[in-house]
Amino acid sequence: MKPTRLILVAVGGQGNLLSSKVIGESALLSDIPVRMSEIHGMAQRGGVVESSIVFGDAKSTIISDGEADVLVGFEPSETLRALNKCNPSTVVISNLAPLSPFTVTVGSGVYPDLKKLQSLIRAKTANLIAFNAEILAREAGNVLAVNMVLLGALIQIGKIPLTQKTVKEAIKTKTKKAFVKSNLKAFDFGFSLAKKISE
Amino acid sequence: MHKLLTQKPGLKMLLLGNEAIARGGLEAGVAVATTYPGTPSSEISLNFFQISQESELYFEYSTNEKVALEVAAAAANSGVRSMCVMKHVGMNVAADALLTLAYVGVKGGLVIVTADDPFMFSSQNEQDNRYYSKLSGLPMMEPSSGQEAKDMMVDAFDLSEQLQLPVIFRTTTRINHSTEIVSLGDLREPQTKGDFKKDPFSFVTVPAVSRNLHAKLLEKLDKAEKISENSEYNILYGEGDWGIICNGVSCNYVFDAVKDLDIENSVRILRIGFSHPLPRVLIQDFLKTCQKVLIVEEGEPFMEETVKAFAQEKGLTLSIKGKDNNLFSRLYEYNPALVRECLAAYFGVSHTPRAGVDLSDVPEIPQRPPSLCAGCSHRATFYAVQKAAKGMDTICPTDIGCYTLGFMPPLSTGDFLICMGSSVGTSCGFSRVTDKKVISFIGDSTFFHTGIPGLINAVYNNHNFTLVILDNGITAMTGHQPHPGVDMKALNFEGYARVSIEDIVKAVGVKHLSVIRPYRVKKSIGAIKDALMYKGVSVIISQEPCTLFTKALKKPRGKPFFVSEKCKGHRDCINDLACPAFFIKKNRVCIDPVLCSGCSVCAQICPEHAILPLRDKV
Repeated sequence: MKPTRLILVAVGGQGNLLSSKVIGESALLSDIPVRMSEIHGMAQRGGVVESSIVFGDAKSTIISDGEADVLVGFEPSETLRALNKCNPSTVVISNLAPLSPFTVTVGSGVYPDLKKLQSLIRAKTANLIAFNAEILAREAGNVLAVNMVLLGALIQIGKIPLTQKTVKEAIKTKTKKAFVKSNLKAFDFGFSLAKKISE
Repeated sequence: MHKLLTQKPGLKMLLLGNEAIARGGLEAGVAVATTYPGTPSSEISLNFFQISQESELYFEYSTNEKVALEVAAAAANSGVRSMCVMKHVGMNVAADALLTLAYVGVKGGLVIVTADDPFMFSSQNEQDNRYYSKLSGLPMMEPSSGQEAKDMMVDAFDLSEQLQLPVIFRTTTRINHSTEIVSLGDLREPQTKGDFKKDPFSFVTVPAVSRNLHAKLLEKLDKAEKISENSEYNILYGEGDWGIICNGVSCNYVFDAVKDLDIENSVRILRIGFSHPLPRVLIQDFLKTCQKVLIVEEGEPFMEETVKAFAQEKGLTLSIKGKDNNLFSRLYEYNPALVRECLAAYFGVSHTPRAGVDLSDVPEIPQRPPSLCAGCSHRATFYAVQKAAKGMDTICPTDIGCYTLGFMPPLSTGDFLICMGSSVGTSCGFSRVTDKKVISFIGDSTFFHTGIPGLINAVYNNHNFTLVILDNGITAMTGHQPHPGVDMKALNFEGYARVSIEDIVKAVGVKHLSVIRPYRVKKSIGAIKDALMYKGVSVIISQEPCTLFTKALKKPRGKPFFVSEKCKGHRDCINDLACPAFFIKKNRVCIDPVLCSGCSVCAQICPEHAILPLRDKV
């Protein structure tokens, strides 16, 4: 099985470690080889959290610059920052709800213009699917379910070897009981919207 | 039941490398596990801590790595299988115990896990702890994957008992923090009680005894080399004239690269998992069949040096390279593309590197450095110290913990840091040779770890500085592990005593001590001013629970604040405190009510008293 390489980037607290766990568990359910790597460290102190997930016949758990097949950005400026992981065939999914870094608050940085950010990513990669995942998460009943919305979109684009069924199974068994319902709803919302955008 | 206690051999589980290592310990029947927490090793001990609540396993968070190793060494010398877990720099603290324990050896298996951190994701250096195996004369094993880590751990215990030596089990961050599907083995019932048989002429390391013991160690090392020759972890793959010798996580990059470059029929790979002592004959035979050899190992040229020496013994003159200006670096970690490029360059394989995207027109993206949490008590303390020391020429040695982040502007408190506990020791030196006011900072857990001897030194040698002990009631940085100052009863854990930092400071003989609550800004500044005026050693203990831990425990926190109409835009709150709960909207300062922990520090420093509790909002 040819390797597929997926990068998830997020700001600490956005739940990307949970989404990689769901992805990993669903690969296990589907008997698909999977290896993942993540840097924890300062995850809860507002820093950047990056996970790499490699499906198929490869032994490495990390992904070199320019070698991601799919990039999922939980925050628009972080999606842009991770562009070094992409190549012209990479498909990018990005949340468009910004979490402004504190460096912007104190005036030592400028947040990139969202329109320009999208056109840049679109011009350099195979495809960009971008939307406000926070609105969908809120509609699903849990503003923190941005990770599940993006997971839904990721499965819809069909670039990674996982099915909707096994991912939902993993959400049911591996996320907190109290949130399963809103997580599944958020997943569906992300899935539907990505479908609509692609059409 | 804890998932790592699942008794279903053959079951496949998605496990973090550190979980696989812990599971390996359980499959080996480990009965005693000790640690001082440190990334990237922390989850091994976190799992052991949880498991010890519901099984026969004895686990402890020891005060530091040296003590942790001593506890485990005694248990192992009583015949009980033990494990001692630490991050790479922890090994420096444990080294005094380690190097003579190698002479004494063990009866029951003892495995020492050292988690190295190439690239320093969360460490102060990237030292290569493989050299500890050479320095101590102990056998060493290095896994390449989670599955192998689990399996190898069981064999490491057997090897330890076979040789009657502790075994060093060396990992790197990418082993500890990678997740894989791991197939479980059998759990082994731990044997929790042992017996120590007196034999002072083998255990009391006076010179006459140690002279015998060192000779014994060398004999054991010879035996270890023979085992290494036939170890199932030193494996040959493939056929071809080009040779590659690799270890640990680098092996994965090598296998992927060989496949990507389509040179599987030209390359023989010798994968080294039992890496000290290296298998001399196996490597010499390998060299004889190769035209040229590349050594792929992150960190220092540990294998390279020995392999070159082995070649010299046999008069072999083939090219052997590894660390080289045009090949591999001793810096940082490797990655698949880097290894692919180096292989292609060394073996002369034509290869076009994969093209990324052009980043030249991407605008500068604002940095997102980690910062002290909203409402972190350390921020309040640093602010109070800055105000109290206004106008003074200061040097602020700091220490290892979340509060190291205080060195970032605008708090800018933190001038010197080398290792755990160094804040106190270096304060002695700075205050002796400069005329500046020395104010140093150490966390509660770090104070217990290695801060106390420095403080005793300061009192005894009559140094002159102020030490601020940042007591947030937990080891916060590594994920909220307990330490001797923690009220374990309040956390629902039985069987622990509590050691008071205040009592220790008094007992050491510090004459000027004050305890402050940093959220009370004015009072804190006053107390700190007094301490700074004192000639001699003064100590401030700044007590306030870690806000992140309070949140995790679902304990009540303060109500959030908001910025009212009274705000005239001085922005002292942002410019002096830099709490991440602040943001700017339409050129006005606002507070994110979700992030705000209600510490009220900003409200106290606002010149217009414009920051008010949200409940007062009309």
